[in-house]
Amino acid sequence: MIDTLRLTAEEASGLIERGEASAAELHAAYLDAIGERDGELHAYLRTVDESEGGGVPIAFKDLISTKGVETTAASKILAGYVPVFDSTVAARCREAGLPLIGKTNMDEFAMGSSTENSAFGPTRNPWDPERVPGGSSGGSAAAVAGGLAPWALGSDTGGSVKQPASLCGIVGLRPTYGTVSRYGIVAFASSLDQIGPMTKTVRDNALLYRIVAGRDPYDTTTVDLPQPVELPEGEDLKGVRVGVPAELNEAEGIEPGVKEAVDRTIDLCRELGAEVGETTLPRSVEYGLACYYLVAPAEASSNLARYDGVRYGLRVDGANVREMYERTRDAGFGDEPKRRIMLGAYALSAGYYDAYYGQAQKVRTVISHEHAAAFESFDVLVSPTSPTVAFKLGEKAENPLAMYLSDVLTIPSNMAGLPGLSIPCGLSEGLPVGFQLIGPQFSENLLFRVGHALETAIGFDFVPERLT
Amino acid sequence: MSWEPVIGLEIHIHLKTRTKMFCRCEVTYSEPENSRTCPVCLAHPGSLPVPNEKAIEWTVKLGLALECRIAEHAVFHRKNYFYPDNPKGYQISQYDEPLCVEGRLLVPGEGGDTEVGIVRAHLEEDAAKNVHLGTAEGRISGASATLVDFNRAGTPLVEIVTQPDLRSAEDARRFLQLLRQTVVELGISDAEMEKGSLRFDVNVSVRPEGSDELRTRTELKNLNSFAFAARAIEREVERQVGIYESGGEVEQETLHFDPGKESAPPLRSKEEAQDYRYFPEPDLVPIEPPAELVERARAELPELPGARIRRLAADLDHATAADLVTSGRDSLYERVPGDRRSVANVLMNQFAASGADPAAVDPDELGKLIEARSSIPRDRFTEALAKSGDAGFSAEAYLGDGLVADTSELEPIVDRILEANPGQVESYRGGKEGLLGFFVGQVMRETQGKADPKVVNELLREKLTSSS
Repeated sequence: MIDTLRLTAEEASGLIERGEASAAELHAAYLDAIGERDGELHAYLRTVDESEGGGVPIAFKDLISTKGVETTAASKILAGYVPVFDSTVAARCREAGLPLIGKTNMDEFAMGSSTENSAFGPTRNPWDPERVPGGSSGGSAAAVAGGLAPWALGSDTGGSVKQPASLCGIVGLRPTYGTVSRYGIVAFASSLDQIGPMTKTVRDNALLYRIVAGRDPYDTTTVDLPQPVELPEGEDLKGVRVGVPAELNEAEGIEPGVKEAVDRTIDLCRELGAEVGETTLPRSVEYGLACYYLVAPAEASSNLARYDGVRYGLRVDGANVREMYERTRDAGFGDEPKRRIMLGAYALSAGYYDAYYGQAQKVRTVISHEHAAAFESFDVLVSPTSPTVAFKLGEKAENPLAMYLSDVLTIPSNMAGLPGLSIPCGLSEGLPVGFQLIGPQFSENLLFRVGHALETAIGFDFVPERLT
Repeated sequence: MSWEPVIGLEIHIHLKTRTKMFCRCEVTYSEPENSRTCPVCLAHPGSLPVPNEKAIEWTVKLGLALECRIAEHAVFHRKNYFYPDNPKGYQISQYDEPLCVEGRLLVPGEGGDTEVGIVRAHLEEDAAKNVHLGTAEGRISGASATLVDFNRAGTPLVEIVTQPDLRSAEDARRFLQLLRQTVVELGISDAEMEKGSLRFDVNVSVRPEGSDELRTRTELKNLNSFAFAARAIEREVERQVGIYESGGEVEQETLHFDPGKESAPPLRSKEEAQDYRYFPEPDLVPIEPPAELVERARAELPELPGARIRRLAADLDHATAADLVTSGRDSLYERVPGDRRSVANVLMNQFAASGADPAAVDPDELGKLIEARSSIPRDRFTEALAKSGDAGFSAEAYLGDGLVADTSELEPIVDRILEANPGQVESYRGGKEGLLGFFVGQVMRETQGKADPKVVNELLREKLTSSS
C-alpha cells in the first residue's frame, strides 16, 4: 500500500530502487489518489493514463508544453491546443524517466495568486477546501500537499511558486533567473518567469532542481550552473550569516500568526549556529510591487499577442481580420489577462514608455544593487513568504489590488533575479506558514542547506491534518 | 524658381543564410507553402528565438563595407503590431541600439563621388506572406479569404536607412545599383528584386534649390525595379513641384504601387502614426560583437565595387565602368587584353547577349576575338562569343575566315544591286547621300554579311559618283 500523502519523492525513488514498487505502480497509486480527492481539490486539469519511464512520477503546471498532451495555461484561448514539442524541462524530466501524472491547474497565464483566475474553475487548498491554495501554481502546490503527486513543477514570475508552496505547507524554489530553461513555457513575463520545483522536502527539491537546471541552447538567457547541485545533509547553520530585512518582516498586512511562526524560525536559525542580524531593503520593498506591475504586464501584453486565432487555439470568426481578432481575444481571455494586457500596452505606449516601463527598469537596477549590498554582510535574507496564510475563496477575487499584495514579499527579490526558497515553518490558525530564504545569484546550494537544516529542526508535518 | 529633389531610401535585404534568423528552419523561396516551419517561426506558445550567428556576422560585414560604426552593444527590440503575417504579434527588430550606425556609401559619378550617408543598418526578421484569394491580382480588397505562408517568416532581413542625401532619380538608381552589387559581392545576399530578396521604399520631398529645409515627404512603396523606381521618383518630384508652384501644400502620405502594373496609378494612404510599443526583447541577450570578429571581418573585406568603378573609370567613362561593375563583368574586363573601350563595349553588349559564362571564358582568346572583330562576319562573331565560355575554345577558328575583300568577287554584286534599284541611285545622285547605308545593307544581305564593309563602301562610292 503506497501512502501517497506521506511518500516523498526520495522515498518513492527508494521503493523503485529496491524493487518494492514500480514507476507504473506509483503512477497508478497517484491516479487513484486523484480519483479519490481531486473531485474536491481540482488540482489537475487533466491526467495522463499511460505511465512512461522508470522514475518517480511528476505533475506539471499547465503552462509547461508537453508533446502530445494538451497545454492550456488554464485559458480558454488555448483550450484544445496540443503542443507538437516538449518544453526543455519536460524533455529533461522525460530523459530522467519521470512519468507524467498530469497537468495542474493555475491562474490563467499565471496571472494571479489564488488559482481562482483559472478559466476552468478554482483549485482548493488541501488544508481547508474553503480556502485557496495560492497561485498561480496553486494546482501543483495542492497536488503535492494533497498527496496527488510526489513532486511537481510550477512557475514563478512574481511569487507563483513560493507563495502557493507557503499556503499549502510545502517546499517551493524559485531558482536564479537563467538557471532553468523557459523553452516551451507559455510565457507571461519573459524577464521574470522561472520554472521551479515544488516538493514535500528540501532534499526532494534539490533532486528535482538538479534534473531541470542548466544551460539550454534553445533559451539564450540560460547559463551553466557555476557548481553542481548538492543534496543537503547537514543539520546545523554554523557560519551562516542570516539577514532579517526590516521592511520584509514588518510590512503592513503581515498577520500576527505568520509573524510569530517566522520569528520562531529566526530564533531557530540562531540556535542552529547562524549569526542573525538586521538589515534593510527600503527601496526594494517600497517600489518592488509597483515596478513589477509595470514590467510584468508590459511583457505580458506582448507575449499574449500571439493568441490571435490565426494558427492555433480558439478562433471566433468575424467579418474581417480585425473583428476576428477582437472576438477571439474577447472570448478567449479572462478578466485578469485583459486587465494586464491593457496595463502593459499603456506602460509601453509612446509618450509613457520613459515614465513607466523605462523607469521601472531603472528601479529594477536599484533593487538589484540594494540586494547586492545586503549580501555583502549576509549569506541569506529571511522573511515570511506570504503576509497571510491561505485566504478564503472569493475573499480577494473582486479586489485585484488586495490580491496583488499577496506577492509583496516575494516580488522584490524576483525583480533582482535572485533565488528564493519557501519552506513551511509552522501553522497559524491551523494553516501553514511559509518561511522565505533569499540568496544571491546561484546560491541554490546554500538555500537548500539552510532550508534542510531548518526543516529538520522544525519537524513540520506536511500532511494536512484533515486528511490523516 | 528651380526645385531640388530630396530623396532618402530604406532598403531591405534578405540574407542568404542557410537557416532563418531565430530558428533553424531552412530559408527557401520555392518549397511548398508552410513546409519550412517550426514552433518558433509559427510562434507556438513557449517557443524562444535563438539568433543566427552567421546573420549577425554578415550584418557586421555589411556595416563595415558601408563604413559604419559597429555597435559594441546592440539590442533586439520587439515591434508590436497585429497582422496575420506577424505570427508572434511582434517582429523582432532593432530600435534605438542597432548593430551598425553612421556610415556612408560613396557613389562614383562623372562629377566626382556622391556621398550618401547611412543612418543605420540593422538586423530583423521578415514576416510571413499573406496570400489573398478570390481576386485576380491577389490584392486584399475584395478578397474572399486570406491564407498565410510561413516559409518566409523569420528570414533574416537587414534594413538599411540612408540620409536624405540623394538629389535625383538617377542618383537613387545608381546608389541602389551600387549597394546591390556590394551586398552580392560580400556574398551575404543574392539581392534579387524578382525573388523579393531586395525591397526598398523611397522618401521623396522637394525644396527650392539652395535651401536646406526639409519639406513634407511622401513615401513610395512596392517599387519593383530600379528603373521603375527612377521613373516613379521623377513623376513624384514633378507632382510635388506642381503642387508648390500652384500654391498648394504636399500632404504626408504613402504611395503604394502595384508591382503587377507599372502604369497603374499608385494607391494613396494617409500615414498613420502607429504606436509599435517598442521595448527590448527580453528573450534575447544583447549582441556584443567581439572586437576580434569585427577586425577579422574588416581585414577580409574585398575591394568594393565603388572603388573598382573609380579605378576602371580612369580608362573609360563612369557609366560604362559602373555598368561593368554592377553587371559583375568587370573582373573579366580586367583580364581581357586589348583596347579598353572595345573590350568594355563588347562585354556590355554582344557578350552580355551571348549567354556565355564570364567565369569560364579564357580572357586571352576573347581578347584575340575582340581585336579581330572588324574582320569577322557579324553572325560568326556572335557565334564565337556564344562559344567563348566552352572548354577549349580557340579564337583561331574564327580569325581564319576573314571577310570577302576581293573586288572581283564583290563588283558584280554591287553592279547587280545598283541596277535593281534605279530610283535610289537617282536620289543618291540628286544629293541624298544618306542612301549609301541602304546600298551597303543590300550588299551585306546578298553576301550574308561576309563582304568587307570597307571595300563595299569604296566600291559603291566609286560607282555612284563616277558614272554620273
